[in-house]
Amino acid sequence: MKSKKVATYGLLVALAFILSYIESLIQIPFAVPGIKLGLANLVVITALYSMGAKEAFVLSLIRILLVGFTFGNPSTMMFSLGGGLLSWALMSIFKWSKLFSIVGVSIIGGVSHNIGQILVAIFVVDNINLFYYLPFLLVSGVVTGTLIGILGAMIVKRIRNILR
Amino acid sequence: MKQITEQQKRKDDTSNQLIRKQDIILIGAVLFLGLIVFIVMQITKTEGSKVKIFIDNVEYKTLDLNIDMTEKVELDNGEWNLFEIKDGKVDMLDASCPDKICVNHKDIHYNTEDITCLPNKVVLKITGGEENEVDAVAN
Repeated sequence: MKSKKVATYGLLVALAFILSYIESLIQIPFAVPGIKLGLANLVVITALYSMGAKEAFVLSLIRILLVGFTFGNPSTMMFSLGGGLLSWALMSIFKWSKLFSIVGVSIIGGVSHNIGQILVAIFVVDNINLFYYLPFLLVSGVVTGTLIGILGAMIVKRIRNILR
Repeated sequence: MKQITEQQKRKDDTSNQLIRKQDIILIGAVLFLGLIVFIVMQITKTEGSKVKIFIDNVEYKTLDLNIDMTEKVELDNGEWNLFEIKDGKVDMLDASCPDKICVNHKDIHYNTEDITCLPNKVVLKITGGEENEVDAVAN
């Protein structure tokens, strides 16, 4: 059982890592700091639903550290940490409340990931005006969150029984 | 026993219906919040007259928006940002940062608008004229 868990972690970390890399290759036309497709969130939400909140947290953290050291620098890693932790916390709470489906949980994940990044950015660059990006971040979070949520639902439905 | 788990599973499936009413409410609430913030921003914006350049949170210099010019900010670590002031607007032309978000950003001229290059920690920020003169006296 334990080795299965180790293998699952390895699999999901690798997947999240690759998705983060693919995401870094995709240029989004209307560039606003903080906007992301959130492909890696697909893995975090899959872990959240098929393994649990604790496992999702570990995965999210490992992914951010790995990607930060590989493709980013200390400051981009801090933004990712802010987004990743806030997003994990809110997704866990929303899932636990049982009010929302995986799509709703994914939406709050996408939105809070964007907001978390901008909060860290406001703190690091000491520029409160970054707050002005909020409307764009909210809308993009809803769009990407919905798509990731629908994809996540498909994945979770198929692999839940294998992972448990 | 098997039947119970089967039933349990079916119940799980229906309660895991893809998009629920609450999800739609959530989407509506987030979009509404975005709209409100956007409207407030549109109402409160005014034309600026100067641009302040910050490097790593420290004010580097202030330039007049009425004087057209191009300047390259070079940082100690070799990174750089090239920007232009033209027709009262500021635009980032090019930069050494990996994401180029600041370069793709549209030109700015409204008060408190800014272009932030997060990787290089370079911020171009529009300010009003009077406030700057007070600052200059205070300095």
